[in-house]
Amino acid sequence: MSLSVEFRDITRSFGPVQVLHGVSFALAPGKVVGLLGENGAGKSTLMKILAGYLEPTSGEIVVDGQPRHFRDSRAAEAAGIVLIHQEFNLAEDLTIAQNIFLGHEKLRGWLLDDDAMRQATREVLRQVGLDADPDTRVRQLIVAEKQLVEIAKALARKARLLVMDEPTATLTPGETQRLFALMAQLKAEGVTLVYISHKLDEVEKVTDEVIVMRDGRFVARQPTASLTRHAMANLMVGRELSDLFPPKDPVPEGAPLLQVRGFTVPGWAQDVSFEVRAGEILGFAGLVGAGRTELFEGLMGLRPHSAGIVQVDGREVHLRNSREAANEGITYLSEDRKGKGLLVDFGLRENLTLMNLRAYARPVLSPAREQEALEGAVRSFGIRTGDTRQRASALSGGNQQKLALAKVLQPQPRVVVLDEPTRGVDVGAKRDIYFLIQRLAREGQAVIVISSELVELIGLCHRVAVMRGGQLTATVHDEHLSEEELIAHATGTR
Amino acid sequence: MPPELAESTAPSHGARVAALWGRLHGFGPVAGLVLLCIAGTLLNGEFATVDNALNVLTRTAFIGIIAVGMCFVIISGGIDLSVGSMAALIAGCMILLMNKLAQTIGSPVLVIALGMVLSLGLGAVFGLIHGLLISKGRIEPFIVTLGTLGIFRAYLTYFADGGAITLDNALADAYSPVYYGSLLGVPFPVWVFAVVALAGGFILNRTAYGRYVQAIGSNEQVARYAAVAVDKVKVLTYMLLGLCVGIATLLYVPRLGSASPTTGLLWELEAIAAVIVGGTALKGGAGSVTGTVVGAILLSVISNILNLTSIISVYLNAAVQGFVIIIVAFLQRGRR
Repeated sequence: MSLSVEFRDITRSFGPVQVLHGVSFALAPGKVVGLLGENGAGKSTLMKILAGYLEPTSGEIVVDGQPRHFRDSRAAEAAGIVLIHQEFNLAEDLTIAQNIFLGHEKLRGWLLDDDAMRQATREVLRQVGLDADPDTRVRQLIVAEKQLVEIAKALARKARLLVMDEPTATLTPGETQRLFALMAQLKAEGVTLVYISHKLDEVEKVTDEVIVMRDGRFVARQPTASLTRHAMANLMVGRELSDLFPPKDPVPEGAPLLQVRGFTVPGWAQDVSFEVRAGEILGFAGLVGAGRTELFEGLMGLRPHSAGIVQVDGREVHLRNSREAANEGITYLSEDRKGKGLLVDFGLRENLTLMNLRAYARPVLSPAREQEALEGAVRSFGIRTGDTRQRASALSGGNQQKLALAKVLQPQPRVVVLDEPTRGVDVGAKRDIYFLIQRLAREGQAVIVISSELVELIGLCHRVAVMRGGQLTATVHDEHLSEEELIAHATGTR
Repeated sequence: MPPELAESTAPSHGARVAALWGRLHGFGPVAGLVLLCIAGTLLNGEFATVDNALNVLTRTAFIGIIAVGMCFVIISGGIDLSVGSMAALIAGCMILLMNKLAQTIGSPVLVIALGMVLSLGLGAVFGLIHGLLISKGRIEPFIVTLGTLGIFRAYLTYFADGGAITLDNALADAYSPVYYGSLLGVPFPVWVFAVVALAGGFILNRTAYGRYVQAIGSNEQVARYAAVAVDKVKVLTYMLLGLCVGIATLLYVPRLGSASPTTGLLWELEAIAAVIVGGTALKGGAGSVTGTVVGAILLSVISNILNLTSIISVYLNAAVQGFVIIIVAFLQRGRR
């Protein structure tokens, strides 16, 4: 039996800031509902209230006709409502089975019933299609697998309403397809699904109905079939969106700026060769686990590599750490913004200048010159911030990403590697970042973009290299660039 | 992202109160010190004299100097448990070397100067060893320095044959002004403490190295990805602490003129306590040299007041300090 949920005039404030202004709507039971809105529109807050992580300032939630008040997530889970977070809620050092039953352990008398939990875990892992031993530690899983464990955890809690916040942000096309199949199966079993995503093509594909929020208010509710992607984007932004991608410049001429031959990162990438010219945008496509991130971490000296020749401007270089890479004019934007990209507890200024702090120290640091650089970056990168002296954690996801970009561009690299530059970023900020990438290429930098969003690679790049299982399987040009072509190479069906 | 939104819009009453409260938190150690001083003055007229103040500062100097170095190590996300043993071993080696040299070199000043060089050199070398084991050897700082804590003290006990290593009388006389002497009415150790503290504050806040120390403590991965030479910075941080221990030791030796297995006992805990009381987070990332200095003074003011008054037995000194540490930690919880 599906769960029917209705929000009635929900408001929520954080201190002086009101983020939800009386939101009222009902979730159609047994349907897949897409919840759309830009970063800061209040989607996540509303869903956290539904799942018991936050309390509303006023208003009520009606579940199956009864006004309910969830004091914590356990209470919501007991009612069958489970939220899968954008950032995972898994204890890295526990096993998959221990995580799935965390807080709900099966007992036999006073003792843990490990066998029963393992058995039940195997069952839910089979449902989500993750082929892993229940005794594997979560730390050893890749991001996509952790995502599946989160979903398996929700299944084990017998969810009747499942909220997924950006579930495909870290998944590759193949894994995304598997997730969609799983969602269809859950829907057939009567589970109501709320699907939050910035990827409108996916929303179009999997949802029955779309609810749009903007600035903490309910804006629209439409059957998905009646909306185009463009119409969805316009509803989210509240204005007409011009083209998402900048027009492509012609492929630059000249000798390669960065040339990589036979590069091997043990366990991740074998014998990879590619080259990129100044002014060129080279994409890297592939499934999660194809070794793209690891290849470039190896290239930057952040991981050990065993073989290969790297040439910058025809001169062979040996990069043993990211400092030497930066000295050769190569910088890397990590896909993991919070873990490897930004010092979230630090100010914007300290984050911006971290990579080339020497330029601001002669030998005494000059906070005034750093502040000047920050104000310059805020203008040229369009970082939206009320106060430039706040912490990085106070910025929204999109603005954090712009700051992280500004940071890796501070040393004025000649080659810049951007790993998932638009992950978890709303449509408006995405467009800003695309235009920024084009500006970099026009200024003569060689830009490498690693992305799981094929549309983005196709819209932005001159050439796209495809990796599969640690090998570079194809490089696709111009008129051959299409989603079908890239997926075919990435999955090995061609 | 809503909770962050709350931070971003400053000009509102609630946010301003929060900001003020946050700033007050930073002054916590200073406020505590002021309150203690007022209490001390009310309890005993002798507390608020210049002589007593200088006495307290002189006694604080050893721990204070070490605490400044410890502050860097803790901010970088590390810890050093060996500083007390290290001070004892350096003191022992220094005295042995000076006694030996005095037989061949006539000038006591030169002998003492060479002893001081040894003290600083040994401190730096011990720090280098710690740093290399921790960064290149990838062993937890707690484990490395727990090991050297035992090693250093055992070697001192071995060199001293279980007893004490004592400085020759002639040398002791020549050396004693370094601890007992004063300049412009202020004892030498206080001057050195002040210089070390100022230098420490400057290095932490106004040099690239200092910024890297904070960045590594806040998130080592981010620092590594941002082209910071993480290993080098860590090694330098332990060497800096070693140097501070060397400085503290060369001030300490003229005080008693000997080193024994009880020299520097529990200094590591006093230094760590000073850093923590001063508001530095034990997990690293944020902290201040000023706070550390205030923390060190605060702890020695407590024992000074107990010595001057008879309300609480001096035997309970460590207990009172313990209560203060816990109270301070309680007041600072959840700040980050």
